[in-house]
Amino acid sequence: MTLGHTPAELMVAAAAREIQDGEVVFVGMRLPLLAFCLARSTHAPTAVGLFENGVVRDSAALAFLVTMSDGPNVTGAVWCTDMREVMGLMQSGRVTLGFIGGAQVDRFGNLNTISVGPRSGAVRLPGSGGAADIASLARRHVVIMAHERRRFVERVDHVTSPGHGEGGDWRARTGLPGGGPSAVITTLGLFRFDAATREMVLASVHPGVTVDEVQAQTGWSLRHADPLIETRPPSTDELTMIRRFDPEGFWTGARH
Amino acid sequence: MSKVLPLAEALRRHVPDGASVALGTALECLIPFAAAHELIRQGRRDLTLVGPISDVCFEQLIAAGCVRRVVAAWVGNVQHGAAYAFRRALEQGVPRSLEIEDHSNFSIALALEAAAQGVPYLPTRSLLGSDLLARNPRLRVAPCPFTGIPLVLVSALAPDVAILHVQRADADGNCHAWGPTGVSAAAGKASRAIVVLTEELVAPEVIRSDPNRTLLPGFLVTAVVHIPGGAHPSPVQGHYNRDHALYADWHAHSATAEDAVKWLDEWVRGLPDHSGYLAKLGRARLDRLRSRAVQLAAPVDYGY
Repeated sequence: MTLGHTPAELMVAAAAREIQDGEVVFVGMRLPLLAFCLARSTHAPTAVGLFENGVVRDSAALAFLVTMSDGPNVTGAVWCTDMREVMGLMQSGRVTLGFIGGAQVDRFGNLNTISVGPRSGAVRLPGSGGAADIASLARRHVVIMAHERRRFVERVDHVTSPGHGEGGDWRARTGLPGGGPSAVITTLGLFRFDAATREMVLASVHPGVTVDEVQAQTGWSLRHADPLIETRPPSTDELTMIRRFDPEGFWTGARH
Repeated sequence: MSKVLPLAEALRRHVPDGASVALGTALECLIPFAAAHELIRQGRRDLTLVGPISDVCFEQLIAAGCVRRVVAAWVGNVQHGAAYAFRRALEQGVPRSLEIEDHSNFSIALALEAAAQGVPYLPTRSLLGSDLLARNPRLRVAPCPFTGIPLVLVSALAPDVAILHVQRADADGNCHAWGPTGVSAAAGKASRAIVVLTEELVAPEVIRSDPNRTLLPGFLVTAVVHIPGGAHPSPVQGHYNRDHALYADWHAHSATAEDAVKWLDEWVRGLPDHSGYLAKLGRARLDRLRSRAVQLAAPVDYGY
């Protein structure tokens, strides 16, 4: 029997499954903090986590984290260094997977984290943080975000974190060393990118979600895999572990 | 010669109106909130704030009207994702207009590192194809003179002063910090002056017992302020944990300009100094935050 799960718990489980054992992961803020702990505690026991503040861990955090600089993410780390060191390792190709989010994403996986809307009356956002660096430099990266029509747009207002640009071989032509986005995990489904065109393709829908619902929340005509599968919900073991690292549901929401 | 000064005096001397100030350089930990609050109390104006993500430290200084310009990669409340004060200032000019120079975390680290090393710029392969290049004239694309590949050149950034919080320092400013340090060492070396806030003021031999732990040597440091609890609500490894409730409180009380001012009146301007702030927090709350899981490092032998 599977326990009931929240949408965010399913996203954490899906994100954790993107981490293969032995990978070097650049762990971003929010849900990725949990995804790394989950992967590390289940199927990826030799994964290594790099955090932009300078923490490098080969174990899950010792307790619940609100930020990567909280005490339980530092105690037992294998290395505490500075930002330039960990960003430099990512630039030299040592990071196989990074996680980022954004306010807007487009069909080629470009992300906007700077400003939304017309020039006058634009809504200012907090900014890139390390996301533009992860998008540029990690060998591949995974995007995690809420799926709403205002966020899934044909063209982002600003490309803060470069995805596949205009598609095809845009990244190589632009000189970006990293491979770009490999997946987008949303509140409705999981997307991958066409190997040639680099367009985002719906690969699986979360349980209870239809393709029409996903299309309704997406600002371009969506392609989907055929046959389309359902995202595997978190197992009892995965849920137990997620709740160990987020006991109050701070990141993963109210449970019933 | 001792560089130890009271906080108010150190900031009066070394952080004038209009200064560019690096702070919050270790990301979410070791944020010198006591210094930010004292700058607000002293009514500092026209500051340029420099730092990668800052957490609510920049939010509070902006809401207090101390800031003219921000050089940063991310401004807001990490725990809640919102940037109420930053948005009000940029979108509506409340309480005053604000300029922003947008960076990524890596590019601001490189900008400070370039100044620390005394070179006009440092190259990176990050941000190619990002609109940050169009927004920030201090990021420029040029071909590598050796290989021809495109590079982003990041112009050096030298703040007037860096305010850094550490676990321990001696009276000369030789200081130890542990845990992640973000861009702290680069920010210190890049700046014309360094004000160190420290949890513990220790004898010189404590620093010399473990020189690999030194964040910055004293000859670079301008002033030392002994201020236990000075990073609250941010965490200081081995001393206290993050006070998440205070970030939630700021989130709840910064959505409007009026509420933000009320919050600052209650928690900053209405208190005489940092001791008053700690007294308002109360012993029970501070005790709950205190680090409990003592984890001493294995001793290292520096003998010869």
